[in-house]
Amino acid sequence: MSSERKIRVVVAKPGLNSHDRGAKVVARALRDAGMEVIYTGLRQTPEQIVETALQEDVDVIALSILSGAHMTLFPRIMELLKQKGLADILVFAGGILPAEDVPALKKIGIAEVFGPGTPTDTLIKFVKENVRKRE
Amino acid sequence: MRSPSKIEQLVNEVLKGDRRSIARAISLVENNSPEAQGVIFSLYPHTGKTYIIGVTGPTGSGKSTLIEKLAKELRRKGKTVGIVCVDPTSPFTGGAFLGDRVRMQELSVDEGVFIRSMATRGNPGGLARATKDAVRVLDASGKDVVIVEAVGAGQSEVDIIKVAHTVLVVLPPGLGDEIQAIKAGMMEIGDIFVANKADRENADKTVFDIESMLDMTPQKDEWRPPVIKTIAITGEGITGLLNKIDEHREYLEAGALDIRRRQRVEAELVEAIKQRVTESVLRELKERGKFDELIKKILAREMDPYSAADMVLAWPFGLKKVEKPNI
Repeated sequence: MSSERKIRVVVAKPGLNSHDRGAKVVARALRDAGMEVIYTGLRQTPEQIVETALQEDVDVIALSILSGAHMTLFPRIMELLKQKGLADILVFAGGILPAEDVPALKKIGIAEVFGPGTPTDTLIKFVKENVRKRE
Repeated sequence: MRSPSKIEQLVNEVLKGDRRSIARAISLVENNSPEAQGVIFSLYPHTGKTYIIGVTGPTGSGKSTLIEKLAKELRRKGKTVGIVCVDPTSPFTGGAFLGDRVRMQELSVDEGVFIRSMATRGNPGGLARATKDAVRVLDASGKDVVIVEAVGAGQSEVDIIKVAHTVLVVLPPGLGDEIQAIKAGMMEIGDIFVANKADRENADKTVFDIESMLDMTPQKDEWRPPVIKTIAITGEGITGLLNKIDEHREYLEAGALDIRRRQRVEAELVEAIKQRVTESVLRELKERGKFDELIKKILAREMDPYSAADMVLAWPFGLKKVEKPNI
């Protein structure tokens, strides 16, 4: 029988902001590109996001944030992923993220940061090219 | 002594309840990986202990919220819970949006709960092809109860009955004549009917409609499906619902369960034979170039498809003996 791998993605909104239009646009674009998108809803803690990624055995985590708390929340998420042996998951971020923070975010393992107005094709291409290869 | 293989290690971790291994094992069976059969082979003797509750009903009836409340109530009683949520795959893009976890956020960090979302990946019947195997993984991992949320769109999404012990059909108020459309499939598979969103107008009419529909549905056994009113969002009626599930379980365990189990194993064996035999016959036919030959004959109207199939049956090839799966 043939194997039927699909790219699985968690789209998560960490922190306290309650605006998820961007996250939904990303979720939809990735779904329409043939991926399985697990949407978690608003106000997720780093623990919830990482536990969801673990249970769902995802390849990718897409983080959307607008609140400005990324320098607190993202390092915690990356730390938890490492602790649980999930460091091979591709993590990228989108939303309102000041350019001066980007180098620090990349240093902790966020693969890429996308600002508002990024074409969804760019995201899809990025995911397909950078997702881990598994059996 | 040889060191345990990768699959043996994975299976041992699943049996201990390791969450990451449970997640990996489900992916293997879901992806139909070469290792999948070995995983099921090794886990199967450890299954059959969990109680499986199926939840179905039309979109927007409140299934996910109801499941969250049921799981919380079960946790209060000290039970561990597995949840499998199935959502449809788009037939056009192959992608899927799996959003049931939105209603189950509080459960996601409870160590006694494991939630997995699955896309149907083209499988008809309201479940994914591998849902049953995903339930087996959770069963072997020691979960006391597994709740399966099926895609509940219409009359043919009734495969949940092949997986669950107790099937809940969740209906929102104000369905009106739509209940007519639902009756054909879903009214026959429900062991318990849940009239959810009972705080809305028309809830009593929904109960009445379901009851009168049940009066007209031929009963398959002595269990007359009860209709329970709930307000999932506030948790009202959940304790009563769980009591009914227990009652149904006791009813099944008094005899009907053995019959159901046997029927299920029969159906599964038939399915497995169909799949395996078809696969290996087709493989051999193709390897010998016979498949193409038959196709050409049928295209040329020299033979009809049924006679061609009969010819295949009469062919003298011995089906390959299959060895034990690699573990």
